Amino acid sequence: MRITQGCFSFLPDLDDTQITAQVQYILDKGWAVSLEYTYDPHPRNTYWEMWGQPMFDLQDAKGAMIELDECRKAHPDAYIRIQAFDDTRGFETVMMSFIVNRPPEEPRIHMQRTDVGGRSQTYAWDCR
Amino acid sequence: MTDTEDTPRPTHIDLAAEYESSGVADVLRELDEELIGLEPVKARIRETAALLLVDKARRDMGLATETPTLHMSFTGNPGTGKTTVARMMSGLLHRLGYVRKGHLVSVTRDDLVGQYIGHTAPKTKEVLKKAMGGVLFIDEAYYLYKPDNERDYGQEAIEILLQVMENNRDDLVVIMAGYADRMDRFFSANPGFRSRIAHHIDFPDYSDDELLRISELMLTTQNYEFDDPAERAMAEYISLRRVQPHFANARSIRNALDRARLRQANRLFSEANGPIDAKALSTIGEADIRASRVFSGGLDVDRPPLKEAAE
Repeated sequence: MRITQGCFSFLPDLDDTQITAQVQYILDKGWAVSLEYTYDPHPRNTYWEMWGQPMFDLQDAKGAMIELDECRKAHPDAYIRIQAFDDTRGFETVMMSFIVNRPPEEPRIHMQRTDVGGRSQTYAWDCR
Repeated sequence: MTDTEDTPRPTHIDLAAEYESSGVADVLRELDEELIGLEPVKARIRETAALLLVDKARRDMGLATETPTLHMSFTGNPGTGKTTVARMMSGLLHRLGYVRKGHLVSVTRDDLVGQYIGHTAPKTKEVLKKAMGGVLFIDEAYYLYKPDNERDYGQEAIEILLQVMENNRDDLVVIMAGYADRMDRFFSANPGFRSRIAHHIDFPDYSDDELLRISELMLTTQNYEFDDPAERAMAEYISLRRVQPHFANARSIRNALDRARLRQANRLFSEANGPIDAKALSTIGEADIRASRVFSGGLDVDRPPLKEAAE
């Protein structure tokens, strides 16, 4: 099942030129860029693994794209997202987050229904 | 992004108009006005600018497709304006469209080479990422290579640099700077660099007269001026300072002027009784220059440290 999260999630996947343009937009706004990846795209899993440290002083998108290439090489089957952080409020606020890499075969989100006390039911979702 | 395919290629190009409109003319004018002396350097930069302009025209017409190698080496003694020229060069390359952002990232060995195994590569890559789209200026580049220590981590930084200089020619320009003789030895030990660097520019030392003009320019930008005896004293200072150790051309002059301003402030403070006008506040007098230790034949740095501690 196609995982949709963050910006542009209902568009077709961005190609590298489009990602570069987005990253350049982020940098032109004065935001920091970071890369994160995960093998568990469950919507409740908000903490993805960091790929290196956030890049605070880039001028040009190429710097982030180099890291993206490295990350894709190391984790071709992971979900990778690019995030933008704004620090004007004294702490880093996520301004943008979009998926830039997804595995060829995406997991299904499976719903598990369970009966509990009486006839009430609980639901759980997990990635399979 | 794909516009270039759709627009028809130009069949003629007006180099003079291109020269003005691209802003190259402004950079070269700035170069002429702000830099005193350095004639061979200016000539080389003008040649390089012409080459890049023609090359850009050729690329616009579809005659050439390769990005030319733009990595440079600046050789010369300290204080001869290498960093200043590098900054102008990044502006020039930016206006000609050879680098996307045109910022200058100035680094030395410390910024590239790590202290333990596995520390160098991320450090160098971090710097390179910052420099993408601009110019990476490596000051005293020969320190990267230490022939007497085989396990020196500098070698690792060199390898990464060489790789990036080859593969990311569209993304950044590397300028290496340092003393002429040591750079020559560095290049002969690392032939990879020599072949990847297209432009070698040599910075000559300034003459006494040029240094005097530089000192006047420095003062003017800070709204100060010499009176006539002070100017003569400065000329004398320059010829004396040149033969003393640690002479660093324009940088020595700047330091001398900073100290002269300090003495001038001190003099005004102790002498003044009553209001002083703007002219007095902005005039460096002969006494401010003559008080320098250079005239008594020695520099602060050469004094024994004990005396300094007692001060």
